[in-house]
Amino acid sequence: MPEPVLSTRGLSRRFGALNAVEDVSIDIGAGTMTGLIGPNGAGKSTVFNLLTGALKPSTGTVLLNGRDVTGLAPDRLFALGLARTFQIPRPFARMSVLENVMLAPPHQTGERLGGRFLAWGRVRAEEARLRARALEVLDFMTLGPLADHPAGKISGGQRKLLELARVLMGDPAVILLDEPAAGVHPALTETLIGKIETLNRQGKTFVIIEHDMDVVMGHCAPLIALAEGRVIFHGTPAEARANTALLDAYLGVPVDV
Amino acid sequence: MIGVVSYLVFFATVAAILAIAVLGLNLHWGNTGLFNGGVAAFFGAGAYGTLLLGGTPQDGHLGGFGLAYPAALLGGMAAAAVMAWLVGVLTLRLRHDYLAIATFGVAVAFETLMRNAEWLAGGAKGVRGFERPLRDALGDGFLYNLLFLVAVLVVLVAVYLFLERLIGSPFGRLLRAIREDETAARSLGKTPAQVRLTAFVTGAVIMGLAGGLYGTFYAFVSPQDILPTLTFQIWAMLIVGGAGNNRGAILGAFLIWGAWTASGWALSRFAPVEAQLYTGSVQFVLIGLVIVGMLLWRPEGLLPERLVVSQSGSSSRTQEGV
Repeated sequence: MPEPVLSTRGLSRRFGALNAVEDVSIDIGAGTMTGLIGPNGAGKSTVFNLLTGALKPSTGTVLLNGRDVTGLAPDRLFALGLARTFQIPRPFARMSVLENVMLAPPHQTGERLGGRFLAWGRVRAEEARLRARALEVLDFMTLGPLADHPAGKISGGQRKLLELARVLMGDPAVILLDEPAAGVHPALTETLIGKIETLNRQGKTFVIIEHDMDVVMGHCAPLIALAEGRVIFHGTPAEARANTALLDAYLGVPVDV
Repeated sequence: MIGVVSYLVFFATVAAILAIAVLGLNLHWGNTGLFNGGVAAFFGAGAYGTLLLGGTPQDGHLGGFGLAYPAALLGGMAAAAVMAWLVGVLTLRLRHDYLAIATFGVAVAFETLMRNAEWLAGGAKGVRGFERPLRDALGDGFLYNLLFLVAVLVVLVAVYLFLERLIGSPFGRLLRAIREDETAARSLGKTPAQVRLTAFVTGAVIMGLAGGLYGTFYAFVSPQDILPTLTFQIWAMLIVGGAGNNRGAILGAFLIWGAWTASGWALSRFAPVEAQLYTGSVQFVLIGLVIVGMLLWRPEGLLPERLVVSQSGSSSRTQEGV
């Protein structure tokens, strides 16, 4: 087990009478590509929202690199190196693809009202650097030719690539992907998974919620399974295949994967 | 002939002053997505602030500090800034329609306060007693009005250039991102609440500057100048011209002010005598029709927002043919 980079201890979240997430304690190993699986309503997205600060837990803690980050807002967590993408992509629609990506890096001098006027030269130099880096990242994500397009006009799969390109600009250590393959053309899924694997080899840790079993079994390890808000399985894909109880819980019926 | 020219100068001065206010609203709505339904309040804060600070002492109400014109204008802008900051801090969490309702309420409250608090700014009688700057040297005639127009146009161009620089900068990029999707912006480490407040105050200061110019142009301001009608006129100008486009905002200001003036003239001339009393209301209906018609027919406005590719060296990219 590699050193954990992201952990939860006794994480719970209630919505009224519903225990959406109950006593979840997991460790995400540094450099892994951890798959988070489970049937609809198992609490995967709630766990994601708790990890990324979109929701505050009812009880329990979240640790990032051993530091307690429970309840920190998403903008703080991004600055600490924890990034996310959305199940339904959220591009800045009436902005160019390039602008979407150039927005992301934190602490830009020109983001302050006076920056443009008081530190003109510095902003210009920063922009040139950001622009070059953004184009590099877009080329890596195969979006280079779309740099000048409005982000609202690109395809669903390209939006997923764009979201990943955006978070890469912040150089996060941990990236949480919410259903990257959902609603994406299969050819584009290949591209996306290929890029994720490349980044993973370069040392980035991924946590991926995914329903596509080919993606999960072929690319993620370890797997963590949730059902009814609790962790019911934690192990390798091979162990998952052999775990009939998991498959029963997951799909309701035993299946061959 | 001189009558026509003189009228055109008068018309252009008012249109240019309103165009400055429209530019302020464009920063709010066009760039940041802040639905400000109380433009008249910030315009009014600037007008009242400038006249109270720069005017001669008056019996019965505050003000009459006789500050130099630029200082009085800056004071008016500061008044608008303080008001926007207070409103902004209180309504920071409100978005869209809720912010519109809250700011509309602020504008109505401000107008009511000005109408009733005689000790503060003359109540319904308004504030008079402003000595127009350089009047001794230039007199009161056509030359003065012409030079005042030139001064207003210089301010308009300066505000335009300031905003163009601003929205082309990383700050402007941040504003657009917040307008498009606040949740996504937060997930990328941005702090929308703070940025929205900055944009709100900045836009309000520009509206206050327009109000200050307006008040000093007439050397008079009263609650009649800050009715909700003004807010709707300025909105119509932005929507017709093109939200998100500063040139559109200026174009819209001149077009709508032209249409408003022309319709008032036409109604007073051709409408039956018994309808004369209602020309103001008819114009009000016309403004509403223009807004609705524009939103149905061409919601992006006459000059739509241009996609910003990147601020510096943006043209080089297109030649690479990536």
